[in-house]
Amino acid sequence: MTDTIIRFDKVVKRFGDVTVLNELDFSVQRGEKVSIIGPSGSGKSTVLRILMTLEGIEGGVVSINGEPLWHEGPDLKPASEAHLRKMRAQLGMVFQSFNLFPHMTVLRNITEAPVKVLGLSRAEAQSRANDLLELVGLTDQAAKYPHQLSGGQQQRVGIARALAMRPNILLFDEPTSALDPELVGEVLTVIAKLAEEHDLTMLLVTHEMRFAREISDRVLFFDQGRICEEGTPEELFTAPVQDRTREFLGSILKEA
Amino acid sequence: MLFGFEWDTSGPLVFAVSILPILLVGMWVTIQATVLGFFVALVLGLLWAVLKAAPSRLISWPATVFTEFLRDTPLLVQLFFLYYVLPEFGIILPAFMTGALALGLQYSAYTSEVYRAGLEAIGPDQREAARALNLPAVRTFTHVIIPQAVPRIVPAMGNYLVSIMKDVPVLSVVTVLEMLNVGRIIGDRTFNYLIPLSMVGGLYLIMTLVASAALRLLDTRLPKQGIPLK
Repeated sequence: MTDTIIRFDKVVKRFGDVTVLNELDFSVQRGEKVSIIGPSGSGKSTVLRILMTLEGIEGGVVSINGEPLWHEGPDLKPASEAHLRKMRAQLGMVFQSFNLFPHMTVLRNITEAPVKVLGLSRAEAQSRANDLLELVGLTDQAAKYPHQLSGGQQQRVGIARALAMRPNILLFDEPTSALDPELVGEVLTVIAKLAEEHDLTMLLVTHEMRFAREISDRVLFFDQGRICEEGTPEELFTAPVQDRTREFLGSILKEA
Repeated sequence: MLFGFEWDTSGPLVFAVSILPILLVGMWVTIQATVLGFFVALVLGLLWAVLKAAPSRLISWPATVFTEFLRDTPLLVQLFFLYYVLPEFGIILPAFMTGALALGLQYSAYTSEVYRAGLEAIGPDQREAARALNLPAVRTFTHVIIPQAVPRIVPAMGNYLVSIMKDVPVLSVVTVLEMLNVGRIIGDRTFNYLIPLSMVGGLYLIMTLVASAALRLLDTRLPKQGIPLK
């Protein structure tokens, strides 16, 4: 029996006259690690932003664990804020530019939502945060402010902050694109460790092809708001079927 | 004699020394009017800023029109209106209160713009991060947006504090005994305007310099990334 955790069913997303997602269909299985690659403007990040409820949709249905995300009830009314809050609890997001709260210490960044949203005591939240800081290798940085950390360290705090809410699904929106090249590795190492050791479902939008190949169960190649090609990393990277995929991979590998 | 202090016109220096306590009483009134007016401007300005940002035009439009009206009509017109018209509707306030209210009202139109700019300067990144963490909207406003907006708001608010201080003499036309009015009365009674009015100017200079220095100090002390939360 398959266990589908995310399903997009003919999802349409427009920004003004521009159709970003054009009747997009795809699904992700529980625990699956899926990378999304493709040229900029192909709608990759939009998929994550729709899942995180940062962007609404114009058509189709998005389901999480079989329950519509942007709709509710048998007649699929548009979702209320209460419904979105409930659904959102299953997801976590790591942002391209980290989006840490600059006026909060690292510890407070990680404990703020668990205390205020999940109702944990400050002590519980702090012990959870300390475990997570250990996981991302930042045990001694809890009292610092984001601006006192390197970009790589900030992004690892971003990962810890998302994990502190215990999501079932973790979304990575180009997590290393804003980093200096020498800092990319430390973030990827943490993500790889999560992928290996946790049964989290992970959706990763990335330009790091080698990394996508290493950690993914499946890779989706997006082009013009649709999935142009998908397959195991082996299939997609070594024997792409579509011309568009070959062209894209060729241009990326030339850059690298 | 004024406020129980006698003046001594036997020489310029003794005259100056003898009227200083009287002017200081007036200065105290000026400071009180400034602080009260500024407080009203801060509170009402935030109210207008929130109303102008309301999703419904039924709310945002009247708020925009009203603040535009406050900004584009002279302070003196507004002051006269409050002082002479409100009593016709049975609202009788002391001159000092009316004056401080008029200052606060006019400046609330300016401070609402400062609030708006400060709040808009916090980009969507922060709201999106808060949303992804399921933080409630009110908590996001009070603990994410406001602490980061404050350092951006303080310098502009400080400028308006000094402006309000310099507008307080307008209240003299509705009989408030602020510093300029006191200096003028001394001049009227002693036929010496040079010394009291020069002293009013000097004392004003001291007040604005002190206020500006205090604001600069506050500004440098405020962390640019926001009010820290440990």
